[in-house]
Amino acid sequence: MSRTLRILLPIALGLAVLALWEAIVRAAAIPPYVLPAPSAIGLAFVANFASLMASAWTTLSITLAAFVLALLGGVGLAVLFSQSRLIENALYPYAVVLQVTPVVAIAPLIIIWVGFERIDLALLIIAWIVAFFPILSNTTLGLKSADHNLIDLFRLYGAGRWQILTRLQLPTALPHLLSAMKISGGLALIGAVVAEFVAGSGTATGLAWRIVEAGNRLEIAKMFAALALLSLMGIAIFFSLAALEWALLHRWHESALKKVE
Amino acid sequence: MPLLTLFRVAKRFDSGLEAIRRLDLAVKPGEFVSLVGPSGCGKSTALRIIAGLLQPTEGAVAFPGGRPEIGFVFQEPTLMPWADALGNVRLPLELKGVARGEAEARAARALERVGLKGFEKSYPRELSGGMKMRVSIARALAAGPKLLLMDEPFAALDELTRQALNDDLLKLWREDKLTVLFVTHSVFESTYLSTRVVVMRPRPGRVHDEIVLAPPAERNEAWRVTAEFAGEAARVSAALKHAMEEGE
Ligand SMILES: Nc1ncnc2c1ncn2[C@@H]1O[C@H](COP(=O)(O)OP(=O)(O)OP(=O)(O)O)[C@@H](O)[C@H]1O
Ligand SMILES: [Mg+2]
Repeated sequence: MSRTLRILLPIALGLAVLALWEAIVRAAAIPPYVLPAPSAIGLAFVANFASLMASAWTTLSITLAAFVLALLGGVGLAVLFSQSRLIENALYPYAVVLQVTPVVAIAPLIIIWVGFERIDLALLIIAWIVAFFPILSNTTLGLKSADHNLIDLFRLYGAGRWQILTRLQLPTALPHLLSAMKISGGLALIGAVVAEFVAGSGTATGLAWRIVEAGNRLEIAKMFAALALLSLMGIAIFFSLAALEWALLHRWHESALKKVE
Repeated sequence: MPLLTLFRVAKRFDSGLEAIRRLDLAVKPGEFVSLVGPSGCGKSTALRIIAGLLQPTEGAVAFPGGRPEIGFVFQEPTLMPWADALGNVRLPLELKGVARGEAEARAARALERVGLKGFEKSYPRELSGGMKMRVSIARALAAGPKLLLMDEPFAALDELTRQALNDDLLKLWREDKLTVLFVTHSVFESTYLSTRVVVMRPRPGRVHDEIVLAPPAERNEAWRVTAEFAGEAARVSAALKHAMEEGE
């Protein structure tokens, strides 16, 4: 399949679905509080542009901050684990507990502890919890996957732990880390949205809250506009990380080999 | 004075497995010694002990003339996939603290010697199996070793590539006055390359027999098909067969 076709095909499909949607809503005269037509959603988007954008920025900044902190924390802890079996054995179970406990269930607690006056910090912590674990577990695995013969070779030439870590283990872990980043980027957004829902009325000003608010007022078109903005954000995050992955790996990694078509 | 001696070396792993019971070996400078023996008799373990990567449980490894620079070649090319050929060959020099520019030049020279001039910027996945093995040999040579330890380096290659690499290895051995300890499963390869073949018994490893060979100055295709070569190979083969039967 040619490159242009691969890009054009999903776009054409999307446009066709939108056109069909518009036609059905008009033909069947579906009321806008049940299902607004794409054109109505577009109008709602334009009408509420300023407030939607401000909300999008709130959600995006929490998502990105949580993601960056998850990246630093996950890689940092994984490196610590790789240097000390003791620390790994002591801490890993708690990282798992953090991961398997549904975030919706602990979110209210975190919000109470941190306090409504610092709600952004609470949202950040919740999104961070969700985004953190894939980075930690994949990087931990990646650091351990270094070729044993290569480790021997490094030792033969007198390399210390630091050199083995930076020149062998970290490059080995890079593909694992990059695929974890694609997952965590999406999870950070989900975490931020869930946190806003839990935080609820008045306090949060992100996109999730716009959705709740619009729903309460039966402004379904505005709700769709916020929803579309949210998916756009998720898509943008995913593709930026996929592009980063390609940039860093395509020269040498097997995953970037051209597929046989 | 031998370059390397193993004195009553024994190795028992933490698992309790006795890999080597007793290994005595002396290697003189300039020798090309092949180590053959049944699978699991401790050949790789012995190489790792000599390289200082494993400690023997008993006995000692000694280098009477001081520890020489050691090069190691594994069965797999064992290259870093994220580094190009030059980057891989440069590694030992960089780890030893050689300045960047000099390391670069020496690595390029090592690649040239194994016939890979022009492939400096190629990544491992862009190279064939034989070429990857050449990079691996260049890396082992880059730091100017006196002793080269090779663990079935050509086992995964096709016959023609293997023969070409055997000839190139002999050339490097002669030019650099290397001492080589070469593990192989191939009777023909050991006969073709070595000045001496050490035959080991099944696990736990011991030396069963040693065959001193007197190869002609110029080993080549023609020598491989002489009756003389066949006779030498038959000696190695018989010793190996006998070692297998000995066992415990
Ligand atoms: N790190 C280890 N821990 C425990 N046992 C080991 C370890 N390394 C090797 N062994 C065991 O020691 C024995 C000798 O292993 P070694 O790799 O030295 O054999 P080998 O002669 O090189 O065999 P092959 O010809 O198949 O490569 C084997 O039984 C192997 O399973
Ligand atoms: Mg072996």
